[in-house]
Amino acid sequence: MGTTTTFREVSASTVLCTIDDLIENAGVCALFDGPNGEEQIALYYLPAQSPSVYALNNWDPLGKANVLSRGILGSLNNTLVVASPLYKQHFSLVSGECLEDSTVKVKTYDVDVIDNKIVLQGQKEATASLSLDSPNSAA
Amino acid sequence: MLTNQMNRTKVVVVGNGMVGHHYVEQLRNLNANCEIVVIGGEPRPAYDRVHLSEYFNGKTAEDLALTTREHYEATGIQAHFGDEVLAIDREQKQVVTRGGRRFDYDKLVLATGSYPFVPPIPGNEHKRCLVYRTIDDLGAIKANAADSKIGVVIGGGLLGLECANALLNLGLEVHVIEFAPGLMGVQLDPGGSGMLRRKIEELGVSVHTSTATQKIEVLPDSDPHHLRMVFADSEEPLDTDLIVFSAGIRPYDQLARESDLRVGDRGGVVIDHHCTSSDPDIYAIGECASLGNFIYGLVAPGYRMAEAAASQLSDDKVSFTGADMSTKLKLLGVDVGAIGDSTGRADGVQEYVYSNAKEGIYKRLVVSADYSRLLGAVLVGDCTDYDMLLQYYLNEIELPEMPESLIVPSSDGAPLLGAGALPMTATVCSCLNVSKGDICASIDNGCCSVADVKSETQASTGCGGCAALLKSIVDDEMLSRGMTVNTDICEHFSYTRQDLFHLIKVGEIKSFDALIEQHGQGLGCDICKPAVASILASLWNEHVLQPEHAPLQDTNDRYMANIQKNGTYSVVPRIAGGEITPDKLIVLGEIGKQYNLYTKITGGQRIDLFGARLEELPEIWGTLSEAGFETGHAYGKALRTVKSCVGTSWCRYGQQDSTTMAIFIENRYKGLRSPHKIKSAVSGCTRECAEAQSKDFGVIATETGWNLYLGGNGGMKPRHADLFATDLDDETLIKYIDRYLMFYVRTADRLQRTSVWLDNLEGGLEYLKEVVIEDRLGLCAELEQQMENIVGTYQCEWKAAIDDPDKKKQFRQFVNSDKQDSAVVLVEERKQLRPATDEELDDNMIAKVS
Ligand SMILES: Cc1cc2nc3c(=O)[nH]c(=O)nc-3n(C[C@H](O)[C@H](O)[C@H](O)COP(=O)(O)OP(=O)(O)OC[C@H]3O[C@@H](n4cnc5c(N)ncnc54)[C@H](O)[C@@H]3O)c2cc1C
Ligand code: SF4
Ligand code: SF4
Repeated sequence: MGTTTTFREVSASTVLCTIDDLIENAGVCALFDGPNGEEQIALYYLPAQSPSVYALNNWDPLGKANVLSRGILGSLNNTLVVASPLYKQHFSLVSGECLEDSTVKVKTYDVDVIDNKIVLQGQKEATASLSLDSPNSAA
Repeated sequence: MLTNQMNRTKVVVVGNGMVGHHYVEQLRNLNANCEIVVIGGEPRPAYDRVHLSEYFNGKTAEDLALTTREHYEATGIQAHFGDEVLAIDREQKQVVTRGGRRFDYDKLVLATGSYPFVPPIPGNEHKRCLVYRTIDDLGAIKANAADSKIGVVIGGGLLGLECANALLNLGLEVHVIEFAPGLMGVQLDPGGSGMLRRKIEELGVSVHTSTATQKIEVLPDSDPHHLRMVFADSEEPLDTDLIVFSAGIRPYDQLARESDLRVGDRGGVVIDHHCTSSDPDIYAIGECASLGNFIYGLVAPGYRMAEAAASQLSDDKVSFTGADMSTKLKLLGVDVGAIGDSTGRADGVQEYVYSNAKEGIYKRLVVSADYSRLLGAVLVGDCTDYDMLLQYYLNEIELPEMPESLIVPSSDGAPLLGAGALPMTATVCSCLNVSKGDICASIDNGCCSVADVKSETQASTGCGGCAALLKSIVDDEMLSRGMTVNTDICEHFSYTRQDLFHLIKVGEIKSFDALIEQHGQGLGCDICKPAVASILASLWNEHVLQPEHAPLQDTNDRYMANIQKNGTYSVVPRIAGGEITPDKLIVLGEIGKQYNLYTKITGGQRIDLFGARLEELPEIWGTLSEAGFETGHAYGKALRTVKSCVGTSWCRYGQQDSTTMAIFIENRYKGLRSPHKIKSAVSGCTRECAEAQSKDFGVIATETGWNLYLGGNGGMKPRHADLFATDLDDETLIKYIDRYLMFYVRTADRLQRTSVWLDNLEGGLEYLKEVVIEDRLGLCAELEQQMENIVGTYQCEWKAAIDDPDKKKQFRQFVNSDKQDSAVVLVEERKQLRPATDEELDDNMIAKVS
């Protein structure tokens, strides 16, 4: 498929917010002022799952708006997903892939809960898109 | 296109009844190069004569109309109403009207229908002697009934009995006078006719058979009644106030006679299979035509003739070779059906009769000498077997070994004729001529519900008599294609929405987690979560943002505003009935200014403020709430708006105070969560300025109360609402709406509007009436109680949210920053802001406004 995906390590970890800012079984959005400028990170809290917190970029590449934190959470065929509130496509909370269109993917982040704090770990960043004809999905 | 204009075929259509109109429509659909002129004798364009009697149940001339002058005009048809053709000049190929107009024709179409036969009884010209054929006739009957106590119908046929019913509903004492020994002699054998008579007499109608009227005398003014009927033999005279003649119809063939066209032995313009008369340039269709000396007095065969005649002007010519005259109808509330040779007049036929005096049921089968084929049938009091028997008859399906099993009630193992046994050619809907093959083809083309098939093929959109058969064919075909109709709501619950409703109600389940633990699997999804949230709200009415409910809501419900394409929201405060004070208008204007919101008037008589950012919503609502505004639930699957007109308060036509009623209704049902949004409207008179008939429930004022219409829809799939009940007082109106809405909330599918729900409801409108009016399911008290509960626990969701810091907290764009979403870019247009388009963003031409 002639695609390359490279990852770049970002150094230190950052505290985004506390666990009290999250909403059980739903999403909120945190602003991260990182090396690429400001990024909106949707944080999802599923207390019954392990891990319990997931993070995706807030930009809905199909609806073209910063709304993924406001979608409904659920599972489809055992994949944890969020449904876009605009046009209802589903994105995997783990891989960021769109279940309806495999050429579309949103950026994921590694987050941990440490001392009730939500900590963003040295993030992986895909610098090339997965397929040549995929739409530009950067925020 | 001058040449084209000159080559156009001039088609003149005489008569604009049901069949003449159908012809015009067919011809237009063929796109033939014609110029069409229509001359209609009645003052109004074609209307639905078949449902004429509904004029007495509150339907207006507009309701019955099949078309309008404007529609004809817009489609290039020259139409003249209230004028009639007096003569045909076949040499010159011209027609002349009473009004002195002349029209040239290349092709002439006679669609003049028929007129009621009035027997030559002395005195029959009195102004209280009427007929039953046109809207004007019914107007005259209504006017005369107003100061009458007794009404007589002469003629005990199908139309006569329909008329008797109308008189009964107008509050008269009714007599039916029939010359022959039995009622409905054309369709029924003596057994069936006797049963019908008994049932009709039970309703208080006096039936006089074998009775010949000799003369009608005018009574003096001093007499309590107006007319006296004197009969032959020694029959007692009968005093009455009005007489309606319904002694059969006669084709309007005078024009044909005078222009020397061939006319049948029993009247009617003689036609061939192409509907051509003895003049090759003149066609005759509908009730004025005679094929093989037979006049087809039903609308379906008339439509087939219209199609055949129109096709003669195209390359794809079709023939009319006769039609089946089987009928099924409800006369005075009694089901009556007659199929084929129902009176068994042919030689060598065999019969089976089932008669049950106690239940008032009579059924008779006429079968061939070898017992293998059904030749005819009569059903009185119970027509459930009609569709099946008709299929045996039409398709000459071999009868089971014991044909009597077809009419004997629930004898074990009665061989039911499955939908699968029908041949593809079987006509399922005879009004619209839809065969089983057409239905299967529509399923092949992607239809997967009865509603889909209906809108694709038009099946069952005429008289609706085939609804049950249609459903069983659709079910059967889907099954045989392995398209098991999976009604599970989603992968997390193997239940329909209705099942879930029951589980939640009976188990008194209060949260999604409890429900999925007991009855589902997985985590749920964006299908089941909002559906369950809606059911929980309908049953327990807790705040949508309570911690256990908030994550279940679609974004609109969760933030109690409507998401727009750029991720901002629009805000719609409730403006009940569309009534708003200038002060409140100013508040809206000020909020719009302060937050730079785009403002627009909605179709539901409210004001929509667009472009509010998530974090601005609580503040905006704080101001709104202070000014006395409540949430409009524009975001919810809930009652939206109740439109109104100004009714008696301002309008010179108003008959009731529609504004007050609309505001009352809106305030009563606001906050009711339902399977889909619900819209309503109240009009102050039949002019219908509030467009109530396009709403889920619509109310229209009458002189004495309110008419209630149900199941209407605008939007993508418009549906005219059905008239449900008439002349209701305030209290009954609200009672019916309570029951209707709660029954819908309980039984509808997820995201099913009332229109589709009603279309799919087995038994349709009649069944709904039984449930809501007659309380057939014994459910009404419970439905009302549930509604009371909802009404009693109403709270403005927004007020509750801004008063609660935990709920308010959810409206933050970022949990860790007060910044705004920088991707929201707006541009100015017509002095307001709107989201920038992709092109504008790409071109980077615009300066960000915020
Ligand atoms: C109360 C009632 C109930 C019925 N119920 C049913 C039913 O349940 N099922 C069913 O199948 N059928 C039913 N029918 C019959 C059905 O309505 C007719 O079969 C159908 O209307 C015939 O259509 P048509 O166009 O041939 O005639 P019509 O509808 O009678 O139309 C003919 C039109 O031509 C006009 N006209 C006549 N002469 C001239 C002239 N010289 N110039 C200009 N205009 C002229 C007439 O004024 C009339 O408007 C019912 C009829 C009535 C009255
Ligand atoms: S519906 Fe009737 S009462 Fe209402 S505004 Fe229109 S004309 Fe007036
Ligand atoms: S008609 Fe279509 S574009 Fe217009 S508001 Fe409705 S959904 Fe949007």
